[in-house]
Amino acid sequence: MESILSMIILLPLLGFVFTGLLRNKLSKNILGIFSSGTILIAFGLAVKLFFTLTGSVQKSFNHTYFDWIKAGDIVIPFNIQLDPLSILMTLIITGIGFLIHIYSIGYMHEDEGFGRFFAYLNLFIFFMLLLVLGGNLLITFIGWEGVGLCSFLLIGFWFKTPEYNAAAAKAFIMNRIGDLGLLAGMFLILFHFGTLNYPELFVKIQAFQNIDILSLIALFLFIGAIGKSAQLPLYTWLPDAMAGPTPVSALIHAATMVTAGVFLIARFNVLYNLTPMVQHLICYVGIITSIFAGIIGLKQTDIKKVLAYSTVSQLGLMFLAIGTGAYGVAMFHITTHAFFKALLFLTSGSVIHGMHGEQNMIKMGGLRKLMPITWASMLIGSLAISGIPPFAGFFSKDQILAVVYAHNPVLFALAFVASMITTFYMFRLMFLTFSNAFRSDEGVKSKVHESPLIMTVPLGVLAILSIIGGFMGVPAILGGNNNFMHFLAPVVGEMHHPEIPHNIEMMLMGVAVLGACFFIGLSFYIYRINKLIPSDDTKSMNPIAKLVYNKFYLDEIYNVIIIKPIKTASYVFYEFIEKYVIDFAVNGVAKIVNLSGVMIRILQSGSLSAYLFIMVFGILVFLVLQGFVFN
Amino acid sequence: MISLLLILLPILTGSLLLLLKGKGSIWLALISAMAELGITIYALLNFDPLGGFQYVWDYAWIPDLGMAWSFGVDGVSMVMLLLTNILIPLIILSQIGRKIENHHALVGLALIMQGALIGVFTAMDTIVFYVFWELALIPVYFIAGLWGGQERIKATLKFFIYTLFGSLLMLAAFVFLLGSDIIINQLDGISLILSHKVEMFIFWGIFMAFAIKIPIFPFHSWQPETYTQSSTTGTMLLSGIMLKMGLYGILRWLIPLAPNASAFYANLIITLSIIGVLYASIIAIKQNNIKRLLAFSSMAHVGLIAIAFFTGTLAGWQGGVFQMFTHGINVVGLFLVADILIEKTGVTDIRKMGGIASNAPKLAILFLLLVLGSVALPLTDSFVGEFLMFSGLFKWNMWAMIITGTSVIFSAVYMLRLYQKTMFGVVNENTKNVTDISWNELLVLSICSGIMLFLGIFPNALMQVSNPVLEQILSNFSRF
Repeated sequence: MESILSMIILLPLLGFVFTGLLRNKLSKNILGIFSSGTILIAFGLAVKLFFTLTGSVQKSFNHTYFDWIKAGDIVIPFNIQLDPLSILMTLIITGIGFLIHIYSIGYMHEDEGFGRFFAYLNLFIFFMLLLVLGGNLLITFIGWEGVGLCSFLLIGFWFKTPEYNAAAAKAFIMNRIGDLGLLAGMFLILFHFGTLNYPELFVKIQAFQNIDILSLIALFLFIGAIGKSAQLPLYTWLPDAMAGPTPVSALIHAATMVTAGVFLIARFNVLYNLTPMVQHLICYVGIITSIFAGIIGLKQTDIKKVLAYSTVSQLGLMFLAIGTGAYGVAMFHITTHAFFKALLFLTSGSVIHGMHGEQNMIKMGGLRKLMPITWASMLIGSLAISGIPPFAGFFSKDQILAVVYAHNPVLFALAFVASMITTFYMFRLMFLTFSNAFRSDEGVKSKVHESPLIMTVPLGVLAILSIIGGFMGVPAILGGNNNFMHFLAPVVGEMHHPEIPHNIEMMLMGVAVLGACFFIGLSFYIYRINKLIPSDDTKSMNPIAKLVYNKFYLDEIYNVIIIKPIKTASYVFYEFIEKYVIDFAVNGVAKIVNLSGVMIRILQSGSLSAYLFIMVFGILVFLVLQGFVFN
Repeated sequence: MISLLLILLPILTGSLLLLLKGKGSIWLALISAMAELGITIYALLNFDPLGGFQYVWDYAWIPDLGMAWSFGVDGVSMVMLLLTNILIPLIILSQIGRKIENHHALVGLALIMQGALIGVFTAMDTIVFYVFWELALIPVYFIAGLWGGQERIKATLKFFIYTLFGSLLMLAAFVFLLGSDIIINQLDGISLILSHKVEMFIFWGIFMAFAIKIPIFPFHSWQPETYTQSSTTGTMLLSGIMLKMGLYGILRWLIPLAPNASAFYANLIITLSIIGVLYASIIAIKQNNIKRLLAFSSMAHVGLIAIAFFTGTLAGWQGGVFQMFTHGINVVGLFLVADILIEKTGVTDIRKMGGIASNAPKLAILFLLLVLGSVALPLTDSFVGEFLMFSGLFKWNMWAMIITGTSVIFSAVYMLRLYQKTMFGVVNENTKNVTDISWNELLVLSICSGIMLFLGIFPNALMQVSNPVLEQILSNFSRF
């Protein structure tokens, strides 16, 4: 088992080294095939492990390779942990990762940085696997920062453009803010429990009495999760991260990396179960982010930006679920979301590819006939994210709504609103992109084409997963036995069925589905029948629309209250304090020494009478002192 | 005998090189440095981390005052020997092929400095320590003053006077202690009963010398200009090895000689150092001169080591000693990159560079690795060091750790800015003719990054050398 696990982790690393070193020597096809092949084998091995695990009585394996850090009482091994939670994430990462690799062979084919792209992509998979398979928090942290690095490299992949570089740096730096929280949480854990190893740590946490300390740890870890999973107030890097190539957005900024925060909290479920205060906080952060990002998504005209805000919004729903203690449900939504959001991003990539780089929906329209496969895939993804049965999103979203209702009906109402907003803007995107007439000139239209097979086949697979993926976790009320939750139960605990009557649960489901249908209709009416085309012109907007269009000016606010002051401080420190205060003091000392030299030199005049005078004067002073002071 | 050999070999070769001219001189220097490294590795292989001072060499100097030429190597010294003797060959190697006037004299001085540094790191007698401490200053004064930028004379003079001033205070403290027969004895430590007043006096005398050398805020103002103006060899020697003399001194002399005073002033010094770390980090954000940016970043990193030592925690000490090594390797690599960039583009302002990654992919990859080491990404060695140091600081005070921890964010800001401004973007007038690095530069940067990754994954390889002795020293001064 350990050797298989090691291979799963090391294969992508091998792919990275191989494609990285030989990127200029081999043909693009060989590089692409090799790089994708390593991920495919890793996926196959993960499937094998999955079956080993389901067939085994023991549900958790922790394997130590060697002691990584050993300093006094701090001992941190290099270990990995296999359990239902980590194998689930491994399957998602390698499975979706493989499909996106294949897709990228087509998408990046004309790019001169082809080999570099695949090297980064493989490195990302390696770090992501380390993150989810880590057997202690510090190994998870290696992956955590490592995926941040890959995200940085891939957002700024086209490094000749300064704006892309700025977006890349922003992502890395904002993640580091969260990472500082995670680091503080780790030290607090080390200080009170003396270990970061998951199995021992969770036992010790359960026996620990001091809720304040536990809450502080939970809070610190959550700060880390906020940064990685793009929640308020640290979400602004994710929309900017769309500067990267679209497969990157699909893999890193939708399906895997950004869900790491949710994963971390699910991993620490033992801790969060004991800290209800922090759980409440998570609920509120999640729901506020979800609605906030959704509202911004309503006004975006860049096809990828819409999807980015939708991702932030969906992640908010996951946090909402996890805040109510429904870890399994949140993980379920991670899974279905990985299917349909990867699908949506890849279809948007297909649109951009077909439109030769155009991302603005105002300039699209009428693409259904030109790109039928892409259209169908996008439709499936949109239905899935809207929670229309029997698509994947329906099952996971429905369960989120049910647990939230049982927790707090007000939160349910808000989650319902967030969900409706999602439906509305997703179909706004559909109609703007694919319906009505083409809105660019004929020259562009003649060049629009459906994507090649190597891109549409992964779309097809993801589309199928988005249709049937939800059947992994059919809840009891629909006659299923919720296999998904039972599978995760050894890690996150058996899910408590929401304590609401069946008829109410049915009603909630009905309301959600009907609501979604209503908003699809509304979107149809506005954008299909009335053919409303949004405008980029902010002058004609009313103040509220302008506020939303400009994303509530959050970037500008951060700029004024954080970035500007630090830059000013940097200037003042160097130009004023460094040059005048500190150097002045140092040079001042030198000047005093110099000056005393000048003064003393006056005494050395060489005039005998002056010396005599000073001598006599000195004797007198001593006499006076002896007479008056020392007596 | 090994200790003596390690000191004398480079000093003798170095002196010889001052006289010898010609093309072969740099190769002779390299051979000497490699031989030195070989001896060090031999010493390491036969070294027992639990065995206290080893390879001891003793010769009475002024017995009446208890002064003796005595040298020895314990775990902490061993780490410093490794650092010095790995870096010197790398520094010499990196300068092969450069057109430098009187190159033979430059490498000769570097070797003399190497001998002096080894003396500092192995001295077991206060006065001997002082002698080598000052001896190390002389070659670096010439290296920094004779080869380098236009403002170098002014900067170097300031550096020289400033550090000499500190050293004299240290000498005063040591002379005061003469006769009390202070030779470090590993097993029972320095058991010296000083009156409170005397100990405070001793503390400040010694501390000032170290504080200026490290440098600790606000005694740092010599540093940025010296790093910026002096020749690359000088900057590498200063930042890579020489400032570690001060940090080493804290562990070896300051805390053992004045443990009560060290404990008493720990809060003050940690506070000053925290201010210094943040101050330097924030300044680095807007620097455009590549060497000055690195100088401030180095000041921030080194300040953290000083903090870690004064927390008096085992994790802090172990992380700090480890970081002395890793910082040395990392900063020498970074200054070499800076030197290469300045050499190839003819400008020092990072805003005037750009797009170099397109023309020099090897340089771009190795520079990226060094940048990642500088921002302490996990799996680089600095992460292990910083993790331990921060955990020590956390034990001391949680909020102090969180406030200081923001330097981790700042380091990402300025290092990524540095990297993106130079490597990314479009090629311009200055960078259009940049070619990739030469074989020796490739070798040096690869070794630096290789060590960085190796120790990031197997930190114990180095930590096991110094850990036992640190535990020992700390347990002797449990009140600290």
